Amino acid sequence: MRLNVEQSVNIWEMVSCMRSLRLQEKPTGQADRVTPHVATLSEVFATNAVDAAAVGYMLARLPQTSAPILWVQDRLTRRESGRPYLAGMGARHSIIMVDLSRAADVLWAMEDGLRCRALGAVIGEVWGDPPVLDFTATKRLAMRSEAAKVPCWLIRRAAAENLSAARDRWRVSSLPSAPNPHDPQASGAPRWSLDLFRSRRLKPGKWVAEYERGKNGAPDRLYQPAAVRDGSVAAGDGQAGQRATG
Amino acid sequence: MDRQGNAPPDDVPLVLAREGHHGPVIHATNRSARLMGINIGARVVDMRAICPELQVEYADLAGDRAALDRLVLWVRRWCPWSVRDGEDGLILDTTGSDHLMGGETAMLVEMETQLSRLGLTARLAVAPTWGAAWALARFGPVRSVCGPDEATWKLGALPVTALRLEGETVLLLRRLGLKTIGAVMDVPRLSLTRRFVKAALASNPLMRLDQALGKIAEPVASVDAKPRIHVQTQLPEPILDPTSYLPALCEELCEQLAQTGQGCRSLHLVVYKTDGDVSWVDVATSASSRDPNHLLGLFRDKVEKINPGFGFDLITLAAGGVEPLQLVQNHLDGGSDDTLHLSRLVDRLSAKFGPRAVSRPVLRESHIPERSEDRIAALAGIAHAVIERPKERPIRLFDHPEEVRVLYAVPEGPPAQFIWRRQTYRVARYAGPERIAPEWWKDRPGTRLRDYFKVEDQTGRRIWLYREGLHEDGRGGDPRWFVHGCFA
Repeated sequence: MRLNVEQSVNIWEMVSCMRSLRLQEKPTGQADRVTPHVATLSEVFATNAVDAAAVGYMLARLPQTSAPILWVQDRLTRRESGRPYLAGMGARHSIIMVDLSRAADVLWAMEDGLRCRALGAVIGEVWGDPPVLDFTATKRLAMRSEAAKVPCWLIRRAAAENLSAARDRWRVSSLPSAPNPHDPQASGAPRWSLDLFRSRRLKPGKWVAEYERGKNGAPDRLYQPAAVRDGSVAAGDGQAGQRATG
Repeated sequence: MDRQGNAPPDDVPLVLAREGHHGPVIHATNRSARLMGINIGARVVDMRAICPELQVEYADLAGDRAALDRLVLWVRRWCPWSVRDGEDGLILDTTGSDHLMGGETAMLVEMETQLSRLGLTARLAVAPTWGAAWALARFGPVRSVCGPDEATWKLGALPVTALRLEGETVLLLRRLGLKTIGAVMDVPRLSLTRRFVKAALASNPLMRLDQALGKIAEPVASVDAKPRIHVQTQLPEPILDPTSYLPALCEELCEQLAQTGQGCRSLHLVVYKTDGDVSWVDVATSASSRDPNHLLGLFRDKVEKINPGFGFDLITLAAGGVEPLQLVQNHLDGGSDDTLHLSRLVDRLSAKFGPRAVSRPVLRESHIPERSEDRIAALAGIAHAVIERPKERPIRLFDHPEEVRVLYAVPEGPPAQFIWRRQTYRVARYAGPERIAPEWWKDRPGTRLRDYFKVEDQTGRRIWLYREGLHEDGRGGDPRWFVHGCFA
């Protein structure tokens, strides 16, 4: 089960003019503006603590390598929202799991993991708003991640969107799923509401993503149409550092 | 070899068992079991018939062997040559060293005293050859000492089992009427030679007899203890913090390791305090290493755990788990090695948070969700078993399923509404049930089956619920519902 999503972020700027977009299609003429596949620190806020959509979206965005993933979890997250379950995620990546009790230890382990270029990604889950997780801590994570070229994801639950140096900040929640082709009563492919509310490289916006699991060895797919047709955005929008409206 | 001080009383018949071809067999017995007529090598079920109150424990064969290997080195206090003899014996070549203990008899008494202080019962004998000592220690009188020319008549009275022969050969000799070693000696040598000319050493009574009498040489090939790799620093004045001395110690230790082409898996730092006490810190690595910077980094937060007391004036650093280490160059330009970096990351994390905090989940063959995942050491190499999972599984699983109150159509309907964590969820869509039966070979009797449902509420949260048991299944009251995981 591989993921065939091109991480070419510039495509998302096209969504304003397209209702539905499959991300493998690369638009022409814009490929040299933003380099795809930038390893950096991204923050995902789960709107609900028991909602696994944030983890699902993050897993869909991980690079397709066989390198092991360092996954650091604090105790409260583990108790309140469970642990990653390999049978459901598929044995795509091998995971090195670190179970810790304090947020300070989680940040230490993540920072230490980002010194190791052999990792495929570093994932941290922090519950609430611990005082140690401030702008400085996120800045350190972001710079280390960019220096080591290892993507780093911070999953936050029951947290306020305080000051942070994360390059991309997402708000992810579940939406009612797509119809199931075989059983009208059952839920189908999961749909998520994605809200990129702060980004350094991209234009903030809202999307509805649909994640389709590949059947019979086919790669998984992530469809990401825009939630609203936003033709009224000003011309200068989408520059680095701008905040989404609404 | 139970040295933890919790040995059972001697009047309880206790045996150790090991796995035989047809179920467990007796490996060792204590005194009262021996008096009840329990034979070593018999099947445990047969011996239970003789003695119903028999207590059976499983023998730790590998542990016994390792303990015996350590004992081989420990008995070097009496003589320079020692070797393990089978699974239950030691051979010491005490030639020329018995006079240091005041003669052979005094040496045997001294050995028995020292071994009993370790909590070990020993049967000892001195004889000119390996074979004779083996026989006398097991079948001879207590602490028997056999002179150079006494072997013939001292061995003559012993049974033929004392010749270190296989069971079939012993049986054959008994059937021939040869019950003692003396009887074997009296038989004309030519006829025995003709019979056993093609037999191997372990089933050849003549060769074994010649070994016991010293006509065939059987030297003691002693094992060598590995040289201990450790470094130390003597300080002119007692100090309280060893941090400034650690880099030099690590460098020196790694130099020693590099000279012998070895790496170490653990480090043992000991400080000797001026008030006559010691304090120590241990660190371990997941792959053998001899990089001083890496080894030094493992001590980073550990040194604070040393209690310096009034100061210490001697620091020693010893390498443990020493094994050969081949340095591999992956790149022609001497670039970085990924697996090395990974093992060092795991070392650093385990050194800081403890080895149990760092693990790696792997899939196992089981339908029970919590059993289909197992935790192994982070860098343990396992063959990647491809386990197909046709059913959809959640991506998050709770360690402990959380009980919820569910509104559902009795007896086996899907959930319509449930209250979880004081919040009401209305089920909009569901899939299921998927029935998972308990694993009867592992679970306790009375474990109830589970019916799993994947439900989706109106806001789109997809949750994995299960109902434990059925109505009127005779395994407890009404079925209970649990939340076990969340889908993406």
